Amino acid sequence: MSTIYILWLRQLKRYFRSKARMIGSIGQPVLFLVALGFGFGPIFQRAGGGNYLEFLAPGVIAMGILFTAVFMGIEIIWDKQFGFLKETLVAPVSRMSIMLGRTLGGATVALAQGILVFLIAWAIGFRPSFSLFLVAFVFMIMIAVLFTGIGTAIASVVDDMQGFPLIMNFLVMPTFFLSGALFPLRGLPEAITIVARLDPLSYGIDGLRAALVPGSLQFGFWMDFWVLGGFTLFILLVGAYLFSKIEI
Amino acid sequence: MSIIEVKNLVKKFGDLTAVNGISFDVARGEIFAFLGPNGAGKTTTIKMLTTLLAPTSGEIFLDGKNPVRDEAAARRSFGIVFQDPSLDDELTALENMEFHAVLYKVPKDVRGKRIEELMRFVELWDRRNDLVKAFSGGMKRRLEIARGLLHHPKILFLDEPTTGLDPQTRNHVWSYIQNLNREEQITVFFTTHYIEEADRSATRVAVMDHGAIVAQGTPADLKRETGSELLEDAFIKLTGYDIRKESNDGASRMRTHAKVWGRR
Repeated sequence: MSTIYILWLRQLKRYFRSKARMIGSIGQPVLFLVALGFGFGPIFQRAGGGNYLEFLAPGVIAMGILFTAVFMGIEIIWDKQFGFLKETLVAPVSRMSIMLGRTLGGATVALAQGILVFLIAWAIGFRPSFSLFLVAFVFMIMIAVLFTGIGTAIASVVDDMQGFPLIMNFLVMPTFFLSGALFPLRGLPEAITIVARLDPLSYGIDGLRAALVPGSLQFGFWMDFWVLGGFTLFILLVGAYLFSKIEI
Repeated sequence: MSIIEVKNLVKKFGDLTAVNGISFDVARGEIFAFLGPNGAGKTTTIKMLTTLLAPTSGEIFLDGKNPVRDEAAARRSFGIVFQDPSLDDELTALENMEFHAVLYKVPKDVRGKRIEELMRFVELWDRRNDLVKAFSGGMKRRLEIARGLLHHPKILFLDEPTTGLDPQTRNHVWSYIQNLNREEQITVFFTTHYIEEADRSATRVAVMDHGAIVAQGTPADLKRETGSELLEDAFIKLTGYDIRKESNDGASRMRTHAKVWGRR
């Protein structure tokens, strides 16, 4: 327990100490909210989609969580290169607890990031319903844990940062763009629909959006919950296994 | 009974045989020097001993436990100071120590006291609240040693612990290690390129070259066998005058890269 706590604490300290990183990582979500939110707003409205900012904000909140989470997980590669990982790997504690501590720490940071984006969205005019806020919070937590776990799993088998653009462009970006964060998953070409249905983030965003903006549900709350929860559990198990097999 | 037993240990990386069937024993309470030129396979051997690498074949027992089959039990028996840096630059010196103390289960009642004692010992107590990234190479090394001595394991692995330190600090560190060895019966297994450290402190020495052990014994044995006055001369006679090539591995490449481009 103390192992999980100290690793969790380390992730938080490192993150909150680096103000540049915090500010840098909200730049992108803000740009998405302002440029897309106001840029596509009128067209979305005319096409009968309703208030676009309302639609977009949950997607961008999820995006803030997604990017931070994957990055926090991937950070293990840096620890490998700079040697700190060795210090934890030979410690007389289970690697499972090390992996869990790191993942929960990363997820907490990602969640904080999501809340920050939420506040920014609120400041520029996003007015969600607060009646299901706890549900929204649960979905945010699950998205954070899932993608930190994916980052951890990847970083366990990759040895240097050379592969980072590959991960961003072929995994993180498609996960985001094909998740229904930016557009409704309705009336799309079959191929895109199938991909979106395989994308775990689609379920996270659907649940999050439905909790914040009543009436926007697409898949069903429980389906969102179980699919996302199942994915998260699966990734944590895979991540823990890969992490336990790291050799340096 | 031996606290470290190694039998026919082999490690291959593809075609390259880094460690080629070595065997040795270290008795409880010994200070054992593991010498060899760069690239001899010392660090690879230490990595296998400390569960960071799985051997290709052969057997290891640390305090009777097998690091391959029983990782967790093996890890409880040792502490290590690595050859490469392994501090967290973004944490303060004190936080690095505390992190280690929690991870290595140093009892709460001695934790604070021992951290202060060791940080004073390496003269970093005044700088305890500074981020490690602000430290010089020598300061980082000292902190790393202090951290490695924080919990008192049965076996202490020191992989080139004193590289980059001035003679004063090296002496200082060695007297502490010898003291620890005497008072707490901690077995010390170390590598170094300062052969006189082995001459002075080691009860026994193994010399490794090209993945194999070429000589073993007390410093006096090795000097007698080679007809040398100093262990350093014996070492050169055993391993020859050629300078070794060291491969540039991923980690050091990355570090250079990071220096050039800045972190993140």
